[in-house]
Amino acid sequence: MDTPIISIQDLNVGFASRKGVIDVLHGISFDLHRGKTTCIVGESGSGKSVTARTILNMVPRPGIINGGKILFTPDREGTTDLVALNPYGKEIRAIRGGRIGMIFQEPMSSLSPVHTIGNQIIEAILLHRDVSKAKAREMAEDLLRQVEIPEPDKALDRYAFEFSGGMRQRAMIAMALSCQPDVLIADEPTTALDVTTQAEILDLMRNLQNDLGMSIMFITHDMGVVAEIADEVVVMEKGHVVERGDVNHIFNTPEHPYTQKLLGAVKRLDEPATTKTRPDPNAPEILRVRDLHLHFEKREGFMQRVTATTKAVNGVSFDLRQGEALGIVGESGSGKTTVGRCIARVYDPQSGEIDYAGQNLITAGPSDLRETRKQVRMIFQDPFASLNPRMTVKQIIAEPLIVNNIASGSELDDRVAKLLTEVGLSPDMMERYPHAFSGGQRQRIVVARAIALDPKLVIADEPTSALDVSIRTQVLDLLLKLQAEMGLSFIFISHDMAVIRYFCDRVAVMFKGEIVEIGETEQVITDPQHPYTKALLSSVPIADPALRGTRQRHRYHETA
Amino acid sequence: MSDQTVDTGTGVPKSDTKLSAQDRVAIASQWQLTWWAFRKHKLAMIGLWVIGILYVISLFAEFVAPDEPSKQNRRAVYHPPQMIHFIDRSDGFAIRPHVTKMKRERDPDTLAISYTPTDEKIYLKLFGRGEEYKFWGLWKTDIKLFATEKKRDKFFLFGADRLGRDMFSRVVYGTRISMSIGLVGVAISMVLGITLGGLSGYYGGRIDAMIQRLIEFVLSLPTIPIWLALAASLPPSWPIYQQYFVITLIVSLVGWTELGRVVRGRFLAMKNDDFVIAARLDGASEGRIIFRHMLPSLTSHIIASLTLAIPLMILAETGLSFLGLGLQPPAISWGVLLKEAQNIRSISQAPWLFIPGGFVVVAVLAFNFLGDGMRDAADPYSH
Repeated sequence: MDTPIISIQDLNVGFASRKGVIDVLHGISFDLHRGKTTCIVGESGSGKSVTARTILNMVPRPGIINGGKILFTPDREGTTDLVALNPYGKEIRAIRGGRIGMIFQEPMSSLSPVHTIGNQIIEAILLHRDVSKAKAREMAEDLLRQVEIPEPDKALDRYAFEFSGGMRQRAMIAMALSCQPDVLIADEPTTALDVTTQAEILDLMRNLQNDLGMSIMFITHDMGVVAEIADEVVVMEKGHVVERGDVNHIFNTPEHPYTQKLLGAVKRLDEPATTKTRPDPNAPEILRVRDLHLHFEKREGFMQRVTATTKAVNGVSFDLRQGEALGIVGESGSGKTTVGRCIARVYDPQSGEIDYAGQNLITAGPSDLRETRKQVRMIFQDPFASLNPRMTVKQIIAEPLIVNNIASGSELDDRVAKLLTEVGLSPDMMERYPHAFSGGQRQRIVVARAIALDPKLVIADEPTSALDVSIRTQVLDLLLKLQAEMGLSFIFISHDMAVIRYFCDRVAVMFKGEIVEIGETEQVITDPQHPYTKALLSSVPIADPALRGTRQRHRYHETA
Repeated sequence: MSDQTVDTGTGVPKSDTKLSAQDRVAIASQWQLTWWAFRKHKLAMIGLWVIGILYVISLFAEFVAPDEPSKQNRRAVYHPPQMIHFIDRSDGFAIRPHVTKMKRERDPDTLAISYTPTDEKIYLKLFGRGEEYKFWGLWKTDIKLFATEKKRDKFFLFGADRLGRDMFSRVVYGTRISMSIGLVGVAISMVLGITLGGLSGYYGGRIDAMIQRLIEFVLSLPTIPIWLALAASLPPSWPIYQQYFVITLIVSLVGWTELGRVVRGRFLAMKNDDFVIAARLDGASEGRIIFRHMLPSLTSHIIASLTLAIPLMILAETGLSFLGLGLQPPAISWGVLLKEAQNIRSISQAPWLFIPGGFVVVAVLAFNFLGDGMRDAADPYSH
């Protein structure tokens, strides 16, 4: 076997703080091989991104490299220790972007908004290569063609904001490839993208690797993505490499308990929850939505005239039976969140009917809404934003009980304690502030607030998408438990088919403000009817490397 | 974050014994976190101390000032500052605070007055007896922070002015006026800024458009000419402080705009925050949403911007008084004192008349450091 192109040996990185240096990477070692894709997988805080930045000798402040080597052996020259180079020196700058390219997670913020795409790529080329400007422009056009951007000659003169997220990420890749690097580091390049776009970017990267034969270091938290793209896998946990090896080996015979746990969490999400209580088929309808419309109007000027309209929800109809969990799945901008917020009347829909237990919520006045809002509750996506940081957990959970005059004094304390126990937290934590809790715990607090008023219907808006995979199933299981105990109905909004499959009895697929398909979850997943559903399902990465390339991908192009 | 390990645990049981550092952070309120962050900001801590001392001085001005601020001493015209010495070697060694007595001489030809140190010493005493005064206008006393042992002796820490008035006492009294006269104006700015900015941000739409145009109109007014016109038009029969007070009030009618915009921006952003929507869905009333859920997130920012507004008021007072448009003698403020230094003679002969300027610089810097520190510490949840 030839020498690895990058060999990380006992790399230690610490962050200086008042209490001395706290290590975030504890002597990690792994290799990147020529022409292979190595996936670094781990949950948030495992040190994946720090590792990537350290390779380019760009440790974010106040981090310091305090031990170890990163040996870089490109074909032409000898071996360099990247750690030993001056981080502001000429050699490392020639390597950064020249020999090692990098793509970041957020294509929105990693491209400059004030320069055209073309100029940014041309600048990257001119920095590292001795070519004329006209030649550089030609090369940039080729690069855009290579990353499958349509009409590359015109695209060169566009600005980043004119591109969609996927196109921006393609442009980023083009820029990273501009100097034909030996190694491409991709730091969660698809995390901010929709699943269909993600699939396309993964295809692109795979093709590029076949054509150019470079090494890719691909950082991700998603085991499905790993299975789709990796040749080798490095599993990281809390700054340690806990396991590394061939992708088939890792998926088939994981040895470290953490790897097993990660895979277990993914595998469990591959099928409906076993503990799920199915709703009574004869249960009455609790919610009936008919022809719901919500158009956002942009108003400008002193007279507040309407200057633009976005049809966020465009004629949505569905029913929900008591005790049923209805999933709404769709990509960003499909209007799924807006539907949820219309039902909670955070937004006021223009027309349609929301019949909750015989009452039309669209026309309901403030006092009627107050009553229904006790029964229709909401769980938010981001547990860091939905809890007021200035209130204790007790104050947060007690708020609905207080404002609705349900409990006070010691009775209130008892109820809050009981709610905390129900969501799996200790009542001792009542006096703490949200900042003392982890993401998963915070989401439990949000759940406790939602069930404080004994609701009948809970609208859960992406309740697990801000959480790590291993926490996801825990929160879903909690919701399942509560559903069984309290007979709750759910509207469960998610972009993640796996989570929907685990949790929901029925699913509605939304695309551009409309429901394109609705039906029993298993039936929709196994036998999708609408072409968009097919495209969506075929894009979901399968967490099994053995199945790689065995299925056909559908692309959905609207015929309008 | 290590979700999986924390989630399975049930947390640390509460006990009456000493809490661990982690638990202290867990139950720390916004104000505690802000204070902990603030304490790390060294310059801001210094600023806080300086401002604290200045306010203590202005609160106890009668007690701190050794002399009546407007008492003239014909025999001490342009008396230079005297240093306090602590070690007394006149008979052996003793720690006894004193100043060197100065002798006044008049040049027979030019009639210029000069002061030369003598061997005589004026001993000082903590809590000695000076002139009788009415403490806070409540009760009579003659105890001063420090005074000469012999009552008829005079000493001038910061020198004396053209009428032989003790500059130190005048600066102390000036501190009281300069540090307090802007506060009312700042308070009015605050009320206006929060109310109008809050309305603008929370309700948006037409109300927002109207208030924003109002702010733009107010900002377009040329403030200094208006200030000048006002100073000229106020009835001269009014007492000096009242005149100035009215001027600061009118200035604050302009000063609220900046805070108004900040508050509007924060309300606009926060209105759609999940936790505010959650409160609305909990059934909380508008008033409760604004005062219980939204305003607490703003208080620290408001305090910080107020802290930065006070030095502007101090500078405005100093500037206007210096121009002769603000406070007028016999009122005493730092600006009025500096006006006295407005000529060549004081620069060449009595540079100590500029000491009040030093106080202005120190106070304004201290407020700015404090404000900066508070702004940095204001949002303990931002990182």
